[in-house]
Amino acid sequence: MSVPIVETKNLKKYFRTSRGDLHAVDDIHLSIEKGKTLGVVGESGCGKSTLGRVILRLLEPTEGEVLFEGQDICRLPARQMEKMRRQLQIIFQDPFSSLNPRLSVSDIIADPIRTNKVLSHKQEIQERVVELMHTVGLSDRFINAYPHELDGGRRQRIGVARALALDPQFIVCDEPVSALDVSIQAQILNLMMDLQEERNLTYLFITHDMSVVKHISNQIMVMYMGQCVEVAPTDELFQNPIHPYTQALLSAIPVPKLRRDRGKRQLIRGEVTSPVNPKPGCRFAARCPYARPDCTGEAIPLTERSPGHWVSCVL
Amino acid sequence: MEHLLEIKNLHVVYKGDGALVRAVNGVDLTLDRGETLGLVGETGAGKTTTALAIMRLLPERTGSIQEGQILLDGNDITKASDADMRVLRGSLVSMIFQDPMTSLNPTIRVGEQVGEVLELHHKDLGKEEIEKRVDEIFKLVGLPPERKSEYPHQFSGGMRQRIVIAIALACQPQLLLADEPTTALDVTIQAQVLELMQRLKEKLHTSTILITHDLGVVAETCDKVAIMYAGEIIEIGTVEDIFEGREHHPYTVGLFGSIPDLEKKERRLHPIDGMMPDPAYLPEGCKFHDRCPKATERCSAQAPSMHMWESHGIRCHLFESGREKTE
Repeated sequence: MSVPIVETKNLKKYFRTSRGDLHAVDDIHLSIEKGKTLGVVGESGCGKSTLGRVILRLLEPTEGEVLFEGQDICRLPARQMEKMRRQLQIIFQDPFSSLNPRLSVSDIIADPIRTNKVLSHKQEIQERVVELMHTVGLSDRFINAYPHELDGGRRQRIGVARALALDPQFIVCDEPVSALDVSIQAQILNLMMDLQEERNLTYLFITHDMSVVKHISNQIMVMYMGQCVEVAPTDELFQNPIHPYTQALLSAIPVPKLRRDRGKRQLIRGEVTSPVNPKPGCRFAARCPYARPDCTGEAIPLTERSPGHWVSCVL
Repeated sequence: MEHLLEIKNLHVVYKGDGALVRAVNGVDLTLDRGETLGLVGETGAGKTTTALAIMRLLPERTGSIQEGQILLDGNDITKASDADMRVLRGSLVSMIFQDPMTSLNPTIRVGEQVGEVLELHHKDLGKEEIEKRVDEIFKLVGLPPERKSEYPHQFSGGMRQRIVIAIALACQPQLLLADEPTTALDVTIQAQVLELMQRLKEKLHTSTILITHDLGVVAETCDKVAIMYAGEIIEIGTVEDIFEGREHHPYTVGLFGSIPDLEKKERRLHPIDGMMPDPAYLPEGCKFHDRCPKATERCSAQAPSMHMWESHGIRCHLFESGREKTE
């Protein structure tokens, strides 16, 4: 097995609130090999975006380590971190709010190039911007357009171009296609996979869409209230989901095929409860159809059920 | 029997500073009582504009119905006065908007927002009666009535969408227009909301037009499907026609090719190249021809008409001489 390019150990991010600590990311261990994609799935508020931000050190972790090529980036001094950031980029979820409405497309894409002083000549920057626009399938007639003039798909392409501007090795993709139409979504997914192949990029792909995550990931981690409840290679997770939450998540996906036994799917009750000062034990227990007394009280460790397939459940 | 909704040759345009934007270009649609129609298509296909036209809520200064009829329960609402529309909206036809975060008023208690609809349409109801009805509606959509004096921000996304549904259904409209009602929700919550809508449909016999881009949602909830592209319906049929039929419009094929299949392992998706044409500058002939893998010269010159076989219709020259050859 090759060496992981990104690793986290015991990673925690708590937010202090007036009611106590909000456990957004709670003890996450993960590792991603170079050129691979780890999909992170879970519902809103499960901590997946926070995880992505902590890994990039856009948020400082409360505890734990983030290793990039073996180096703990959380301990890097500011100057070195600045350099490191060229390797680590992010594509945001909402192409409507992640682009500065007062900058033109060329300024948005050129921004990281200028900030990091990769190129200094105006002409060179312009050429690079055009090249990036072509890479992501944007016509250069939009070069002087402003974000509000473009539709979601094109805006997200700007987001991808901006993330690629510094030739990073690792990109956190935070729901990059969630706001897009299916055919545009498919174009962006194909684009991202092509880019991954060409440039040997490593992705942490955050999404709530199970079919998207299945398509793009080599490995999938399911999060629930800040914790990893199950992690497995993609095919294994879909064929053999063990955690009741994973099972519920999979059965909730609307499939574009007619089901004769409509309405038979397993619905889980209720909604995610508050991640403020959670009680020890399984955080899904309150909604779990198989909950038992031993689900609560003590932390439930991840155990390896088959090679690479880890589950945190007493069953 | 008379259709609940019949749209004939609907054309909607937006006039901006620049060119005329042709958002809906000749839509024909019928919906019977108790039916659910999935209106599928990508952003800009004209789905929401069609719904807004039915609600007569097109932006006043820019949008207008240029041509066509919308017969709701036999009456052409394109000719209805604003005062008449205010009576119809909420009582005969209601709309659920996509984003539950922005479609509720953040400064008004949710119970009052539900009660407002009742107050407007049932002037004879007293305060207590309205309160009672609000409680019933809350229970119907699975919300605890005790929370009716709270504000929208105190609810989660799924709960807010339930409130929006409660408002839409408060006066038991016959037609519900649901514009991407679950798009902003998590899958498990989406499943709950879809189940709720299904249950309410069975209970109240509401006809629904479900606007969505999610073919999965359509397969699970709809009876009929209309696929829109550049302001036209390019394929229409029963869910069986669309999901199990062998013949499809090339755009429909592309739409299905864009969805990652959970059961198959494919490295690449097969989306349609390019994007939907700018509705201000629609191409001549078939509006899909410049993206269509099967386009011929004729497609760029002559607009195809809808070719129907029983319930299934495809707007494409390929199917002009019927389907016998391929069947």
